Parts: sequence; C-alpha cells; structure tokens
Amino acid sequence: MLLQGRGPLIYEAGHPVWKKENNRDVVILTRSFAKLNEEKVFKDPVHRYIHVRERLIWDLIGTAEFQRLRRIRQLGTTYLTFHGAEHSRFGHSLGVYEIARRIIDIFKYRHDWDDSETLICLCAALLHDVGHGPFSHSFEKVFGTDHEQYTQAIILGDTQIHRLLEEAGDGFSEKVADVIGKTYENRLVVSLISSQIDADRMDYLLRDAFFTGVSYGHFDMERIWRVMRPAGDQIVFKLSGMHAVEDYIMSRYQMYWQVYFHPVTRSAEVVLTKILHRAKVLYNKGFTFHYQPVPLITLFEGEITLKDYLKLDESVIMYFFQVWQEEDDPILRDLCSRFMNRRLFKYVEFTKEILNHFEELAGAFRMAGIDPDYYLDVDSSSDSPYDLYRPGEEGEKQPIKLLMPDGSLRELSQESDVVGSITGKRRTDHKLYYPKDRVLALPDQSIAKKRICDLLHIR
Amino acid sequence: MLEDHARIAALIDQAGEIVGRKKLQKMVYILQRTGAPFHETYHFHFYGPYSEELSVQLEELYNFGFLAEEKEKKSGTLCYRYRLTESGETFLKRYSGTLPDLTDLTEKLNRESVSFLELVSLLLYFDQLPRESAIEKVHQMRKNCREEDIQRAFVFISALNRTLTAGTAGA
Repeated sequence: MLLQGRGPLIYEAGHPVWKKENNRDVVILTRSFAKLNEEKVFKDPVHRYIHVRERLIWDLIGTAEFQRLRRIRQLGTTYLTFHGAEHSRFGHSLGVYEIARRIIDIFKYRHDWDDSETLICLCAALLHDVGHGPFSHSFEKVFGTDHEQYTQAIILGDTQIHRLLEEAGDGFSEKVADVIGKTYENRLVVSLISSQIDADRMDYLLRDAFFTGVSYGHFDMERIWRVMRPAGDQIVFKLSGMHAVEDYIMSRYQMYWQVYFHPVTRSAEVVLTKILHRAKVLYNKGFTFHYQPVPLITLFEGEITLKDYLKLDESVIMYFFQVWQEEDDPILRDLCSRFMNRRLFKYVEFTKEILNHFEELAGAFRMAGIDPDYYLDVDSSSDSPYDLYRPGEEGEKQPIKLLMPDGSLRELSQESDVVGSITGKRRTDHKLYYPKDRVLALPDQSIAKKRICDLLHIR
Repeated sequence: MLEDHARIAALIDQAGEIVGRKKLQKMVYILQRTGAPFHETYHFHFYGPYSEELSVQLEELYNFGFLAEEKEKKSGTLCYRYRLTESGETFLKRYSGTLPDLTDLTEKLNRESVSFLELVSLLLYFDQLPRESAIEKVHQMRKNCREEDIQRAFVFISALNRTLTAGTAGA
C-alpha cells in the first residue's frame, strides 16, 4: 500500500533511483527510519558543516524536486546589485535544516523536547522552501502562483519527496506539510521553523550577509540558541540573552534596507516583472515568437500543473530572456536586453506630488512613445517579501518574548531601547521606476520630454 | 499604480470606520475568499490567515496621509481605529470602480466581533478539508472554541456566499 506501483529506492552513483520491481517493500519501510551507516556532511560557508545522520534526510536531498533548488537563487535579482549573491535555495534549505537540528539537540539535552517530533521537524526545515520557483516573487505577481501552495503540493502530491515521506509512516507527509503551513498542532515545532526568530530567518540573514559581502547582518546565533526556552506553545528568550536578540533584530533591519529592499535590486525586479507581463500579453495575442516559450505556455494559459512547474528554474528563464533579445516585438526585445545587460530603470522618490500628477506623467510618456504600462511603475515596501520586526500590538502576530528572572514574559521592544527605537518609527518607501536613458534620448524640443523632466525633477 | 492600496481605502470608506487591525485583516481575507478583488497574499500565522502585505499597505496609506489612525484601549488591549481622511477621499476619487459596492457585505462583517471573524476566517482557510477535519483543526488552533459558534460561523459563511451570488447576478 505504501509503494503502489513503484519499486524500491536504490542508489546509483550516490543518487536515489526508483527501481522497477516491487519485492522489498518491508525493507524500505524500516530503512526510512534508519540512521545512515556513517554520518554524511556537506561543507557549508555559514555553518562550517551540515551533518546528516538520518537516511530519510539524505534521500530527500537526493530527490529531483530538491536538487532543482540548486538552480534557483536565494535572492533572485540581487546578484545584479551584489555580484556575490549567486547562492541558491539549496544551500539555504540545508542551512535551515542544520540550525533546526542543532537547536533540537540543545533542547533534547535539557529534556525540553519531544523526540517523536524530531524527524518531522527536520523534514519540515529541509523542505520549507521546496515550492519556490524561479524569481518567485515576480512570478507570483504576474501569474498569481503561490510558492507556499507549491510547497504543499510537492509534499502531498505525486513526487519523489512525497513517496519518501510516506515511507516514514502513514500521514507523515501531511504532518510535515502542516508544520510548514503553520497549522500543525504542536506549536513549538512550528515556532522553530517559522516565527519572529526561527531557523529560516537565522540562516538566510547570515547566509545573505555572507554572500552579498555586506559587513552588517551578523549576530551570534549560537548565543541565541543557548537562551531559547520552550514555554508552552512558543519559544521565549532568557533576559540575559537580550543583547544577542537585539543584534539579530538589528541585522534584520540592516539587511532589509541595505540588501532586500535595495533600489537597484527592486529595479531589476520591476524590469523582470514587465518582461513576464509582456511575454504573457504577446502569447495571449497570438504573437509568433522566434523562440517559442514552450515551458511557459501552461503558465501563460493560467493552468500550470505541478509537473510543469517543477520543470521551471532560473536557467530556463534566463535562456528565454537571452534569446528574446532577438524577438520582433520592440518592448520585449528591449526589456530583455535591459535585464541581461543590466541597463535597469532609474528611480525617483514617489511623492504625493507625483501621485497627484500621475495621469499627466503617463500621458507624457505615451506622447513620447514610451508605453507607461511597461516603462513606468511604482514599487512600494509592501511589494517586498521581506519584513521587519514589529511587536504586533493587536496580537495579529506572535511577538518575541523575553523570559524575565521572575518567570514572567515581556515583549522585546518593551525591554530593549534599541529594538524599541527601530520598531517605534514606522518607515515605508515608494519609488517610481522609469527608463531615464529613453527620456534623455528624446529631442530637446519635445514637449513630452520637458513635461517628464519637470514632473520628475530631472535636470 | 497603487490599485491595491485604493481597494483597501475603498473598503474602509464603504465601512465608514473599522476598529482594529486584526478586524481589517480578517475582513479583507473573508471578502477575498468570497470573490472580492483583493490580491493581498495571506499566509497562516499562528492564529489564522494574516497578510503582512496588507499590514504594510495600511502603514503606507497612513504615511501618505490617506488614513487616520487612532489608538485606543479596548478591553485592555491596544486597538487602532481607521477611517479615511479628506486627502484619502481625494485619492480614492481617482480610482472610481476599482472596488465594487460591497457596502452591505462590509457592514455585515463590520458588525461582527473580531473573534467571530477569526473563526470564520479559520473555517474558510480549512475549507478544502472535510467538515469534520476542518472543525478538528479549528479546535487545535483555538482552544476553548464553542460548538455553537462554529455552527453559527458555518451558517454565516453560506449566507455570505448567497449574498455574493445574488450581488453578482444583480450586477
């Protein structure tokens, strides 16, 4: 029943392969729970080593769906701003697994942990981002896909990952999916993977700081682990470790403004979104591409299957952007060339004044022959998938709580002046992106050019 | 440009006033799930569906001066009271028709308590599960949830769906 119509998993050149015959089911059932004969390690620049002892974890890493994460960058378009940021979601996923593993070890040592949850938690840590696609955020904006839904679909659907998880027991895959979806009954397990200080954020902050090469963003992760205490359904932090937690919050703050919300990265994101949008519009108009976007067709038609989704990665997308520089459509051609050659849009602060004259501005763009649907856009802080720490005054979100010496709990920003001052002042940002080169190339006597330059204060 | 912001502003305008960020969160979620054109991404967040994107959009509307936000204490906890400012109304004028008239529905939701809307959102979040499993999930996520409230929430949801079908048919 566990292995309907499929043979056991065997290893060829270190990779799991499904074998055709079906006569060793029982052996496999026990194997998923088994330890590896020998601990495996991955060398990692952030954690030094990632340690794997369970066969199930090792097998999951070997699946096609997980290996695909090697071809999806953790930071999307950020490499156009910080050239080091080429690291993949594969490394991050391993990192989150390693952090979860080490925290569980610490909890276990203090008898604070229910060991029957260990494997579920480790699988959830490893697989939490498995549904990410190429440049996820832009894809989600244009095509309405949701990477979290794909994560669920991969864990519960017809995949190698699903079959492996089910070998660990009936309903095991559902438990893993529930932890990742944050609807699992044991809230402590959920908090470890996703909360205001979780394995996910700890890994990506340090990893992204390392690969972008920025000098802020570091904090003492091991110190934080040591002051973590399970308290009912959440994890709290001993007051004595407050300064390590403050550093973490500062890191999140710095990384948000300096890396995640960097205007050049956001500009690349805008151009990328416009390319996808243009390609979709052209496809639906029946445009004949020189290079048919075969892997994207079901996506354009709004009915992409899991199988098709799993075929997409950033190499595929970059291939099309590269070849579409030769398409007949001037907009698609130009946008792709901008992305590939990093001739991104420039930006100005989007002020109320510009907002009030927006129709006029769009009109001037149209008059100048620059289609505002593709060459004029506002990007807001709410468009970013990253967030800053907020105390969550109405309890919409679980805040970070400190465990006081008398056993009571206090919200972090109430105790820490540093955190209080960066969470107290709410800051939002809007920028208007446009191709300055195109505007400047307009003839000087052009009325449209004069109007655009006046409105955007271009001298 | 800023259409999603405009829809949120329009919702607050139709409601007149919304007390509590959490209430706004739940109202937008319920409306989105019943087919209204809200595009904010929602994920499960400990107590139910929550949208970080919506939270930031509210801050942005406030920072633009389109929203008035009054802090108040409501049964011991802090609450924010939202309504549109005059410049918010001017902003909204540029986007006529961006949100259909949902006044009846909005008022109906606004009359309910936050905790009831939370329960409705939870049931909607788990609506792909069989009813018994959904109820079990709700009990896991919300301790001390009364059976009669759950039943009322189910009735409320089917009434919502009816209102919406009637609304679209009339439009």
